[in-house]
Amino acid sequence: MTIGLEHYLTVAAALFVIGIFGIFLNRKNVIIILMSIELMLLAVNINLVAFSFFLGDLTGQVFTLFVLTVAAAEAAIGLAILVCFFRNRGTIAVEDVNVMKG
Amino acid sequence: MHIADFTFYTFAIILVTAALFVVVARNPVHSVLWLILCFIQAAGFFVLLGAEFVAFLLVIVYVGAVAVLFLFVVMMLDVDFAELKAEMAKYVPLAGLIGVVLMMQLVLAFGTWEFSDGVEARLASPTPPLDEVHNTQALGLLLYDQYFLLFQLSGLILLVAMIGAILLTLRHRQDIKRQDVVAQMMRDPAKAMELKDVKPGQGL
Repeated sequence: MTIGLEHYLTVAAALFVIGIFGIFLNRKNVIIILMSIELMLLAVNINLVAFSFFLGDLTGQVFTLFVLTVAAAEAAIGLAILVCFFRNRGTIAVEDVNVMKG
Repeated sequence: MHIADFTFYTFAIILVTAALFVVVARNPVHSVLWLILCFIQAAGFFVLLGAEFVAFLLVIVYVGAVAVLFLFVVMMLDVDFAELKAEMAKYVPLAGLIGVVLMMQLVLAFGTWEFSDGVEARLASPTPPLDEVHNTQALGLLLYDQYFLLFQLSGLILLVAMIGAILLTLRHRQDIKRQDVVAQMMRDPAKAMELKDVKPGQGL
């Protein structure tokens, strides 16, 4: 049995589900939540590159670059907000984030 | 078993295991290290799929920058992580249920995938033959030509992210002593010292 598109899609789906699992599991720890989001974006990237390969279309790889850019920007901003929040409150528990009463 | 199949299964198993350890690890530093392993395995996937440029970009950008940023923040913040992890067991049933349901749905949707007939004619930018143009060159031709606006906009996103991160984390502390360069340079030596004539038997 050769490796087809379905194999890559299954691994990416497992990675995505683990990302969501991590968000539910670490309800308090923002750092792990950010890492889970990175995992989910990685799953999206695997999907894009797998489709790009099996379809013979380079657009998927171009969009992987854009997803990578957005993921890097998101991590930078998220961690900056985290550092800022920690300075003000002395904790990173997300359940305490209710200052704005949103 | 073909060697490419074996490589795929090795990468896949290590990838999923490392991803699981990212979310369940007790120590966030270990989580970041597992995350780095995840990224490297995904880069292996991309090499298998013939996307060398994206693979090396993943190693350079994710492992070299993003993961190190995570590591830096984890080590910089003085947080009692054991306390944050204490209630983790409470959420396992719900999270597991949601995960299993979602996984089943995704496998149902993507378990068998067939491309429609005549899909080759409708490709946006077909991959050129590898012996004519290699992966990096083909990506560059596409990115700087067809997707130039998006390329510039992603640069703008990075600029905004950079300015935002600096703005959020930079602070000017008022409660510490700083060097005042202007005051140092404008200092008058004649006024710096005052001679007092102290009489014997008297204080100042």
